[in-house]
Parts: sequence; structure tokens; C-alpha cells
Amino acid sequence: MKLDDLINHSSEWLKGTGPNSDIVISSRIRLARNLEKIPFPHWGNDKQGEGVLNAITEAAGKIDYLKSTTTFKLADLDNVDKQFLIERHLMSYEHAQKTDSKAVVIDDEEILSIMINEEDHIRMQVMQSGFNLFEAWNIINKLDDSLAKELSFAFLADWGYLTACPTNTGTGMRGSVMLHLPALVMTTQINRVLAAIAKLSFTTRGLYGEGTQATGNFFQVSNQVSLGHSEGDIIENINGLIRQIIEQESQARETMLSRNRAVLEDRVNRSFGILKSAHIITSQETIELLSMVRLGCDLGVVKDLNRSSINELFITTQPAHLQKLESKKLSSQERDVKRAELIRSKLKV
Amino acid sequence: MLCDICGKNSATVHLTEIIDDSMNELHLCEECAHQKSLQMEQHFGLSDLLGGMAEFEKPTTKEKEAAVAIKCANCGLTYADFKKIGRLGCSECYDAFRKYLGPLLKKIHGSILHFGKSPFKVAKVSDKRGDLQALRNQLQKAIETEAFEEAASIRDQIKELEKNNLKIITTHKENI
Repeated sequence: MKLDDLINHSSEWLKGTGPNSDIVISSRIRLARNLEKIPFPHWGNDKQGEGVLNAITEAAGKIDYLKSTTTFKLADLDNVDKQFLIERHLMSYEHAQKTDSKAVVIDDEEILSIMINEEDHIRMQVMQSGFNLFEAWNIINKLDDSLAKELSFAFLADWGYLTACPTNTGTGMRGSVMLHLPALVMTTQINRVLAAIAKLSFTTRGLYGEGTQATGNFFQVSNQVSLGHSEGDIIENINGLIRQIIEQESQARETMLSRNRAVLEDRVNRSFGILKSAHIITSQETIELLSMVRLGCDLGVVKDLNRSSINELFITTQPAHLQKLESKKLSSQERDVKRAELIRSKLKV
Repeated sequence: MLCDICGKNSATVHLTEIIDDSMNELHLCEECAHQKSLQMEQHFGLSDLLGGMAEFEKPTTKEKEAAVAIKCANCGLTYADFKKIGRLGCSECYDAFRKYLGPLLKKIHGSILHFGKSPFKVAKVSDKRGDLQALRNQLQKAIETEAFEEAASIRDQIKELEKNNLKIITTHKENI
């Protein structure tokens, strides 16, 4: 697989299917693992970094599970390529900085990816469409078992898996769920919900993970604690919280439909109107308007549009995706024009 | 003095913000100060705060000096390095700094005992887990038949097995 092939392919997590996919975009589990005794990426020298990279790619090559994957060395990728992978949620922003001895392994379906030499030697993740953390866990658990047969992971019986940062020690697991909560935002209940999430030791982030602001009503909720509970218990705890948030968002949507239908239809259709007719549009505005159209689609206010094509637009209108589609570098102004063009062509009714 | 942000309530919190080289004084009401602090928290990852959290419980100066000088024999990272960068150097650092990392892990996670999967060969663990399960069944039977002496002996065996190999317990407590 070539990196450019991905552009014509829809990621598994964008399919808009799976449980509660009106409110939950995707579910993701990531595991942090390290090799015994070898310095963590930030502390090791170049030779050690290369050694880790070779050992892990060699181990991955032996695993049946990873037969249909491709390994990309970060040093071989240009800035657009790197940004492209970040936009597709296949690697983190942090991984794209200082590219020595780093790689990312991606499967053809874009369900799993393994970052080598990010903050830890191994950061593997599995994404699923909709509210489906346990399915993601089942896949990543098998992958982890296979890798553990080939590599010696740093582990202590009392403290679990050892990671570069003590915030990940224990299970090394982070479960995150990407939620679309436009009704809670519009009815200004969101701050109460976010405060409750923080109180329960979970974190909320934006569309692109750590350090990003929530835009377009998207919120990523994940566990903070990784030691002292089994993976199953952690997932069950996240699930319990997510079920409550889904319930509240559904109620807020119902209330809006029954009490403020005209206001809702107005906002949705105005957003749709701008997207269908704009000739210059920023990615920020695109996300905000698409969020309203997606809500309209979920509530039957907008017809003739399916969820997966809206999901797809959230990603293909991002800067690196536009440049990949055009096969050339574009300035910010050029992108705003091309973005509007792409949206108009996709939303033609 | 009124709050600089909302301009409505009187300012009770006074804040000096330094962004790059410019210093900015803010006078805020309690509510806006709270919002501001939430914003500021978002700018810091949890890991950035670790250096600050890795303090010792009321140590004497001597103890403090001794602690920061501890060095991991495997990778050369000192505890002072860890306090500065918030990241450990290698897996062996966990042993080297065990005394100080225990309380830190407790602060972060509220626990210092792993209950989750382990990387050890599944077959080996499941054999022992079988032993443990067999003993538990025997214990149950002994209690049912009121064979209390035997029950006590089996209970001790279970305890011993659990103590000898914590990994078994952790695997057993896995719910998946």
C-alpha cells in the first residue's frame, strides 16, 4: 500500500455505522508498551532508537495479524504526508516532531496503527466506528498478545506495564470515545457535563487529541487512570459515563425538536445553504457547519445525505487531504477555494 | 474595581500573566477567574504537572538532596532529571526510584497495584490459575462438609500461592 492510496479509501472509523453512531463517531483503544531496559525514546541515543525500530518492525513482520499492513518511516515522509496521517487519526502530532528512528505501521482497513518510538517504544491503537470500545479492545488485546510473544515488554507484577510517563503506568491503556454533542452545546448544558466528566477523573479533548480545543461540537472523552483497575473495568467505567452522556444528548435533541423545531431547522438549513454555495471557506468554519448538517441528518431534518459522506467531508476538507487530492502544495488561501469547491461538488443535491 | 473580563462583578482575584516576554495584569471576579483557570489547565498536559507533583512528603533538606541525586544505574537518568522533564529514562528507573515513585503513582492513579493483563506466556499462567481454582473448589467443599482444619490448610495454600506470584492474581482478576 502507498500512502497516497489511502485518499481513495474510507477509514473504518468514518463509516458512520456501529452502535449509537448518531452521537458517537468512533471508539479507540491505545496501549503503551516498552522494551525492557532499553532507554525510552526521549532518553535513548540514535543507535538505541534504530535498534528499537528494527526490533519492533522485525517482530511485527512475524505476526499473521499484521500481514496486510504497511510500515512508513517518518524520515521518508514530507510534511504534507505527516499532516495527512494526523488528520486521519493514524498517528499523533507529537509523533511527527523529530522524526529520527520513528515509524508508523498501518493496516489496509485503517483499523489499527502502531507508532514506533513515540513517547513510548510502542503506541498501538485500534479504532472502531460508533460506540464499540470492547470490540476495539478484543482486537488490540490479540495484537498485544502476539507482540508480547516476540518482544520482552517492560512489566512489574505490582505496577504493570512500565511507561515513559507515570500517568500511563499499569495497563498502559487509554480508551477514548469521540462524541458529537451539538444539542448539549446549543442548549448550554455542555459545561455542566464537562465539569461532571472532569470530576469523575476522565479527560475531555478536541478532535485531534491532547492539547486541542473542542471544535464543531466534537469531544473526545478518555480515562485518566491506568493503574489499579483491569482493562475491562476501565472500559466498563468509560462505557457507563458515555451511556449517560448519550442519554443527555438524546434528550436535548428531543427537547429541541419538540420545543424549538423552527430554530433547529433554520440553523441546520442555513449551515447547509452556506456549505452548498460558499466559494471560500476555512476548515474551522467547515467543521462547525458540517456539525450542524450532521445533526440535521441524524434528526431527519436534512434528507438525501448519508452520515458517512458527511463524516468523510470532515476529513477530506482538512489541509493535507486537500493537497493530496490536488497532488500539489496549496497556500492557505488556495485551500479555502479548493475546500469550498470540494464541498459544493459533494453536496450537490 | 470591576472584573476585566465581564465588567460586571467586582474583581477579587488579581492575576499576573506572562506570555512570551510581555507581562499582563488581570483583575477578575471569582466566576471569570474560575473560567480562566480552567482554560489555563487545558494548556498544560497532566504530564507537565508531574515535575511539580514529584515532591517528597515533608522531607528534610538532606533527604531532598539525597533523593535528587539518585541515579538509574541502567540509563543514567537522575531523579532530578525526572523532576525536570516529567519522563522516566527506562524501565529500570522504576526500580531505582521505587521509593519516590510509589507515592507519585498513588497520587496520580489512586492505587499502586496493577489489576490487568500481563505479558507472560498465557499457558504458564493459566496452569497456575488452574491450581488456584482447584484449591478454591476444594476449600468450598471443605467448608460445606465442615472440615474446618482442612479448610484452614487449603486457605493457607491459596494465600501462599497468591503471595508467591502476584501475576496470577492480576490475571485472575481480569474481567476480559
